[in-house]
Amino acid sequence: MSAAQQVPRARMGGHSPQSVRMGLDKPQDFKGTIAKVLRYLKPYRPHLVFVGIFAIASTLFNVFGPKVLSLATTEIFEGSAARLAGTGGIDFSVVANILLATLALYLCSSACGFIQSWIMAGVSQDISYSLRRDIEAKIDRMPFSYFERNSTGDVLSRITNDIDTLGQTLSQGITTLITSLITFFGVLAMMLYISPLLTLVSLVMVPIAALLVRFVVSKSQKYYRAQQELLGTINATVEETFSGHLVVRAFSQEERTIEGFDSSNSTLYQAAWKSQFITSLMMPIMNFVSNAGYVLVAILGGMLALQRVITVGDIQAFVQYVREFTRPIQQLSQVANVLQSMAAAAERVFAFLDEEEISDAKESKELGRVRGKVEFRHVQFSYEKDKPVIKDFNATIEPGQTVALVGLTGAGKTTMVKLLMRFYDVDGGAIVLDGCDIREIDRSTLREQFAMVLQETWLFSGSIRENIRYGKLDATDEEVEEAAKAARAHWFISTLPGAYDFEINEDATNISAGQRQLITIARASLSNRSMLNLDEATS
Amino acid sequence: MRVFKYLVAHWRVILVIILLLLIQAFCDLALPRYTAGIVDVGILQFGIENPSDGQLEQFARAISTQDFSGLGFDPQETQLSYLLFVGAQMLGITAVGALVAIAISFLASRTAATIARDLRQRLFERVVSFSDAEVQHFSAASLITRSTNDVQQIQMTCFIAMRMVLFAPIMAIGGIIMVLSTDVSMSWIIVLAIVVVISSIAVLMAVAMPKFKIMQTLIDRVNLVAREIITGLPVIRAFNRQSFEKERFDDANETLRRTQLFTNRAMAFMQPVVQLAMNGTSILIVWTAAGFIDAGSLQTGQMIAFINYAMVIITSFMMMSMVAIMLPRAEVAAARIDEVLATDPSIVDPECPLDDQLSSTGGAAISFEDVTFSYDEDSEPVLQDISFVVPTGSTTAIVGATGSGKSTILKLLMRFYDVNEGVISIDGIDVRNLSQATLRKQFGFVPQNSFLFNGSIEDNISYASSDLDEDTLHAVSAIAQANSFIAQKEEGYAFELSQGGTNVSGGQRQRLAIARALAQRSARAFLFDDSFSALDYATDAALRSALAEKLSDKTKIIVAQRIATIRDCDNIIVLDGGRIVGQGTHAQLLQSCDVYKEIAKSQLSEAELGGGAA
Repeated sequence: MSAAQQVPRARMGGHSPQSVRMGLDKPQDFKGTIAKVLRYLKPYRPHLVFVGIFAIASTLFNVFGPKVLSLATTEIFEGSAARLAGTGGIDFSVVANILLATLALYLCSSACGFIQSWIMAGVSQDISYSLRRDIEAKIDRMPFSYFERNSTGDVLSRITNDIDTLGQTLSQGITTLITSLITFFGVLAMMLYISPLLTLVSLVMVPIAALLVRFVVSKSQKYYRAQQELLGTINATVEETFSGHLVVRAFSQEERTIEGFDSSNSTLYQAAWKSQFITSLMMPIMNFVSNAGYVLVAILGGMLALQRVITVGDIQAFVQYVREFTRPIQQLSQVANVLQSMAAAAERVFAFLDEEEISDAKESKELGRVRGKVEFRHVQFSYEKDKPVIKDFNATIEPGQTVALVGLTGAGKTTMVKLLMRFYDVDGGAIVLDGCDIREIDRSTLREQFAMVLQETWLFSGSIRENIRYGKLDATDEEVEEAAKAARAHWFISTLPGAYDFEINEDATNISAGQRQLITIARASLSNRSMLNLDEATS
Repeated sequence: MRVFKYLVAHWRVILVIILLLLIQAFCDLALPRYTAGIVDVGILQFGIENPSDGQLEQFARAISTQDFSGLGFDPQETQLSYLLFVGAQMLGITAVGALVAIAISFLASRTAATIARDLRQRLFERVVSFSDAEVQHFSAASLITRSTNDVQQIQMTCFIAMRMVLFAPIMAIGGIIMVLSTDVSMSWIIVLAIVVVISSIAVLMAVAMPKFKIMQTLIDRVNLVAREIITGLPVIRAFNRQSFEKERFDDANETLRRTQLFTNRAMAFMQPVVQLAMNGTSILIVWTAAGFIDAGSLQTGQMIAFINYAMVIITSFMMMSMVAIMLPRAEVAAARIDEVLATDPSIVDPECPLDDQLSSTGGAAISFEDVTFSYDEDSEPVLQDISFVVPTGSTTAIVGATGSGKSTILKLLMRFYDVNEGVISIDGIDVRNLSQATLRKQFGFVPQNSFLFNGSIEDNISYASSDLDEDTLHAVSAIAQANSFIAQKEEGYAFELSQGGTNVSGGQRQRLAIARALAQRSARAFLFDDSFSALDYATDAALRSALAEKLSDKTKIIVAQRIATIRDCDNIIVLDGGRIVGQGTHAQLLQSCDVYKEIAKSQLSEAELGGGAA
């Protein structure tokens, strides 16, 4: 059970919803993974086209807004100047028309933005859902050896963390990519339209901004990575100490454990504040850059306005554009990171989905109710090459016979059971059931013949009744109780609050190991099958 | 608010931060004023501040006719000097603002990290000081989450609190002051905008919040089912329950999808609504201001400044409402952490421990007198009226059915729990009169689950005795029957065990745990909690004979399921339902104790039984 309880460590730190996901993970094969993601997106192509159209529309309307609004400002400014000079006044009908037009633009922008997010939310949730479903289905088709090589936590973190990241970054990445590109070029076009000279001046700020962003991002990534690694270490220490609490106390190692923890905790502290500090540098730096651009524009614009090259409203609009201009640069640099972490998450998900499956190709033979004669003929098997677990095993078990396999720890007793159930296939020789090589029998048909009680007692969170009924899904309550009685589990079940409706918790820690075993035996006996395997279940 | 409590502890730094935030707010709020100046003074008045009414009229005429000759000065020159002057000031203020912001980030990130570090440390020390009861009460998994994820959450929230929670009200108040000083009664627009923004956020939250709250439960559910599917793979396949599991997973998956879709879509409203409210505000301001400008009570530049301030105020209120959403989540984390910190260990050292009254050599003499114990006050006692004596150097076994209370006896002896009634003593001293460390040093304990730590085999064996010399290391491994498999490893004693020792077999784990207990040199009694269960009979026998031979002077208590493991013990205690139903040697018990006979019968052959009775 201990393997199952392990929490995925390395990526445990960044769970909190507020934490900024940085480009921590780098995918091995960015292009290939993106291609796979795109293939996965294929059914959503119409949706994505609409997302694109609405994102572009929303951004464009938004980009036009300031320019149109500035016409009103100019009208007011010139009207007021004219009134001072005694040559006229503000034409309110013009102002009203301009303002209504601006309002319309902004309304359209918001509406399009909303529709875009609405569709995208649907797409990303659909994708997350079907990826989770696919992974579950995939688990079903994979050989046991995979789960023996990889920790449960690893697979789980793909189902939750990675798919979550994928879903989020997908919608975020796509939307941001579109809007920031459109904003960038749209704003640039508007600026050029207002004044090429002012644009040139303010563009001086762009490379400076880009350089600064890059510097901060690369620095912060370094510290972020250090922080995540240290978090992983410290989480592992915490996990280990708390799980082994009894041992720490029994050997009076409290002080030493705390000392060790304190030193990693201090190291983490250093990395943590540096990471946070450097990340938060971005805002003031960008603010300064954009304000510097703003000052340049204001001064130059003021001079140009005097010469009537541009209007006062143009200055107002331009200032707004300059401020907007740095944002897409910042966002685009983040999109690169977002896409990277998306690809990294996607790569792990797809790597799992692409794992080798058990082949069920030529299995065809159907079995009736078998008599239960089992022969092991020169069976050979090894988990790893060159390390044979079973070398040349021969045995014949007649129907109704009770056979015991005894042997030293690690001698391969459990392996024999697993081979018989075709959790693994033999490397050499054959296992023959009623004269038929079990490799020619469909796996599920074969397994239906056995009731198995494994060394490790697995129960799922649910009532005791549900757990026993697992052996035969359509069993009545009476049958469940009969099975429990047969397994000598009835007595202790009756003493539990709620008896058969007693809820077994996660990892079944609210009942003892012995009780778990009794329930699994009851479950197996309920299934009423031809052969019963007890793998050290009575120990 | 528990989160603020953490900040209050650092009030000096917080004061400095507030001071700096005031400076930053001042810098941020000053800029629109300068913009207004650029338009109103720089352009409309050629850079001449406070002109007379006559001058103003003159300027206006010059601008509309583009004829600057009648001004009596070079407008470009006065304008340029004004703009440069203003520009320099703006740049200066921006630079100060940036530097101050950086300083705030520096202080805030250090403070937040300090809070997290201290919390983590306090939690860790607290949990380590817990007795078994408290750990079971919270569950190890929950304690782990509290000291990792919850602490991270607090760190993040504290940082944001220092940057945003304090800043937003300052900016809002500052913005309002600026607006009121500019004003010609346009403040109602800002009030309206705030009402619109806040109420739409409130409505959204009221709709989405319940779903947000259950989100984590749903994610946990998906995780749980997935984990059960993976850990139960052999069972699922053996019973062909793949489609059953698929349905179970799909239930959880579909519920999660629906909920996430709902919240995501609710959130999809947020940005467009807020954006529209802000843009609408600008439009409304321009329209209203046009009237004032026409009446001469407002200038164009002031209008632009007003729009800027309006945006500052609305943004601040938005930030505040975001914080209001974020804080409850941090509250939950803080409450979970506080719960642990507020829990006192149920077992504490006595004020004047009688440690020096213990003998220092030979085996420990242990006695239980009328011990009754229950894990919970309300529940049935696990052990009742337990009395037995383990003389120094003897071997005592405890047998009984699953759940009969065997392991509890060892836990009581090591004082992981205190008895409800009766007395447990070692060398005649009540265990409650000894310091826990001294008490536990008397024992070499092999826990039931043979928990091992991440590290080399040597590290694990010398866990309690870091200066273990090589000879002892080999000697204890030999007694524990671990030397042969260690020798087979390429790295030998340097072989790295994974956490929990999952990369060696169950039997190997048990042998390493036994070696670790034997390496405890101060131990005067060895406690084996079902520690031979994963060993085959041959190894079991070899181990027992080695123990008897090398550790003859030490006291040994063996909890076991297998009769063969304990049949040679000096005294065997038979437990049933928390009571002692028999005590004696194997031969005596076969005669006198029905429970023992039944257990023995189920495990030993007739011949063996006969042999034992003879």
